[in-house]
Amino acid sequence: MTTTTLPNRTRVLILLVAVVLLGAVGTGAVLWASDRSAERDRPQAGGPVVTRGEVTLKDPAARQLVFRNMAWGPHRDEVVTVPAGHPDGPRTSSGVQCLRFYAAAGTGICLRADRGALQDTYRAVVLDDHLRELRSFPAAGIPTRSRVSPSGHLAAWTVFVSGDSYAGTDFSTRTSIVDVRDWNLRENLEEFDVVKDGKPYRAPDINVWGVTFADDNTFYATVATGGQTHLVRGDLAARTLTTLHQNVECPSLSPDGTRIAYKKRVPGASADAPWRLYVLDLATMTETATAEQRSIDDQAVWSDDRTLLYAMPGDFGADLWTVPADGSGAAGRLLEAAVAPAYLG
Amino acid sequence: MYVADSRSSKAPVAPAETRPGRREAADGPGDGPGTVDGSTGDGRRTVARAAVPGTVVALGVVSLVTDVSSEMVSAVLPLYLLTGLGLSPLGFGLLDGIQNGFSAVVRLLGGHLADRRGRDGASRHKAVAAVGYGLSALCKPLLLLAHTVPLIGAVIAVDRTGKGLRTAPRDAMISLATEPAHRGRAFGVHRAMDTAGALLGPLTAFLVLRLAGGPMLADGGQQQGYHAVFAVSGCVAVLGVLVLLLFVPNRLDGAEPSSGAEPSSGAEPSSGAAASDARPRLRDGLALLRIPGLRRLTVCAVLLGLTTVSDSFLYLLVQRRLGLSVEYFPLLPLGTAGAFLLLAVPLGALADRIGRRRLFLAGHGVLLLAYGLLLSPLDGPAAVVCVLLLHGSFYAATDGVLAAAAADTVPAERRGAGLALVGTGQALARFACSLAFGALWSAVGGTTALTWSALALAGCVTGAAFVLRGPAAAPVAAPGESAPTTDDSEVPS
Repeated sequence: MTTTTLPNRTRVLILLVAVVLLGAVGTGAVLWASDRSAERDRPQAGGPVVTRGEVTLKDPAARQLVFRNMAWGPHRDEVVTVPAGHPDGPRTSSGVQCLRFYAAAGTGICLRADRGALQDTYRAVVLDDHLRELRSFPAAGIPTRSRVSPSGHLAAWTVFVSGDSYAGTDFSTRTSIVDVRDWNLRENLEEFDVVKDGKPYRAPDINVWGVTFADDNTFYATVATGGQTHLVRGDLAARTLTTLHQNVECPSLSPDGTRIAYKKRVPGASADAPWRLYVLDLATMTETATAEQRSIDDQAVWSDDRTLLYAMPGDFGADLWTVPADGSGAAGRLLEAAVAPAYLG
Repeated sequence: MYVADSRSSKAPVAPAETRPGRREAADGPGDGPGTVDGSTGDGRRTVARAAVPGTVVALGVVSLVTDVSSEMVSAVLPLYLLTGLGLSPLGFGLLDGIQNGFSAVVRLLGGHLADRRGRDGASRHKAVAAVGYGLSALCKPLLLLAHTVPLIGAVIAVDRTGKGLRTAPRDAMISLATEPAHRGRAFGVHRAMDTAGALLGPLTAFLVLRLAGGPMLADGGQQQGYHAVFAVSGCVAVLGVLVLLLFVPNRLDGAEPSSGAEPSSGAEPSSGAAASDARPRLRDGLALLRIPGLRRLTVCAVLLGLTTVSDSFLYLLVQRRLGLSVEYFPLLPLGTAGAFLLLAVPLGALADRIGRRRLFLAGHGVLLLAYGLLLSPLDGPAAVVCVLLLHGSFYAATDGVLAAAAADTVPAERRGAGLALVGTGQALARFACSLAFGALWSAVGGTTALTWSALALAGCVTGAAFVLRGPAAAPVAAPGESAPTTDDSEVPS
């Protein structure tokens, strides 16, 4: 390394040449990426037909499936509906963009990103039955889960708060619940009292995510602490979370309220794909593995008391798949290029 | 002999901390080795301006550019893993404490390797630093290829190793390039530039993501935007390495007589022998602790590190106790970094004036104030701003200042290893503290845990003040350049 013995002019010249070369490489990388990104605004051949139309969340004429459309083209990322009986039919777009969406009884919850000058910000938006904004709440990070109670009175959402350079790359979650009747917001469920194995429990590393509602006061969710996940039953009035079962993530309560579909971390699976889709019977606490053999990273939805619907990675981000809840049968793809489904009616 | 052997033409300079009333030293030509711009101190202002040698500015630029590069990646990596690769963030821990501990130990190795002399008799600070910066630069393009958690974890581990390797030689070069009387300011300038890079990095990353056209939350399996960020980050990192190779002199201690003059006669003979060995052995690193000044400083840094609550816990407490809305949570580190950036230079200069160890202690006093404010019934935005301001001041008053204080105590030929020792001691102590604090939080709750930490910190500040008490340094000139800070009592008359 004798570079510093070079004359000043030579050194500056070398630096300038390097700046130009490196700048060209960097610019090239950005332009290439920009070009590839632009492709997503054009519809792909053979993709689903999406047209702008009327979408209502309450009492549709026939049962519908509502979800975020992932297909390329002008309606990408918009909330669309298809008839539940013809899921691969033409999609009707509401024109409302959401990253995550859920709806029940005429109330919608839409987790949305707003482009800022320097950074995206996120909001949880409560929508009425015509997808009009009723109220919105700032969210601290990347949206991941959303649910509405069967009555349509409560909405819950979970976001990832990513650590930044000063706090490490660890993630934590923030889960909030709002009552849409009086807009009473429980901003952070971590502040609820945790009762673990019958005793009060506290820890700095508590994370809560994946709320699923039983009624307007009782809900289920995942609490993680000390490297272990727990299914908890939450009581909104008492502000408590009570652990019921271990190794449960992203619970989803069946319509009859007797079972929980969830992600279970299975031993021996790779770090990239550690989960399988399981069903837990709440009365007996028996676990049943579903026929879905792949790793799942979604909060499943019950199509009815026997069938589960969930997203799996696909060519355009995600596809929706179904599998029987009792462990029988096989998983099958319901529709392409879709995520965050909910049934209407 | 230690005075007689000194080639320094100026009177032996006592670090200002010993004589608060003394003028800022350095009358006459500053012939400190490696003082690139050959500072001549006429008036006070000239001295002040000349106090930052070109080498320090060059190293500052290297750190700034490298931090832009690495913070670009840090800022988008979680998003990339989550949305680009579809990995659930709670399924992995890429950077756990063990890796941080590993990085701290690598720092010892970096300091040791840097002090070993090559055939030309010069130490290899620059070479080791270049390897460290180079390793990290290499990691950025590797991120384009690594698509699984173990591979990405491995790339990040290599990146951390590079960071560990370069820290001690870089700080050693800063100290060697600067006149002892101005080291506080020099480290302040370096830390300010470093922090500026850390603040600019995320902005650059988001700008690249914007220009690349994709939405930031590209959970359609779109990775192009992130690939552009990694590519640009790699280019920026290469630029940093180039600036280091081109503008940082190879030899910063060339002007010094090679050892023989173990500066601190308080040190044991064996340590003197170790220091005079042209190729110091790794185990001699611990023998450096026989130098009283360094030992005291290390003990204090460890003691205080044991009671320094980690940033993430502090921010969690800020949010919980001061009633901060969740949306502002990601902004908290920016507040600390902003205060650090603004105050690093003035506080570094203040350290030169009133004493580095004194300011180091005072900085922990400021941290104690932050804890106190957190524990007080005050809340609201004003309280949050005050806590962050105090937290940033704490870093500005301790981070570079500790390195400057440590440099005062270690002879030039063991500077890298000496600085690494103090830095590693502090880092491991903070790591231990965060484990203990987490356990304490579980046992008694966050607020009580903070109360205990505050009491422990108060105790440690008092203890450290006791350890570091007294007339710190006799005017003992290190060979050619430094006045090691040892107690009067340790120096035979």
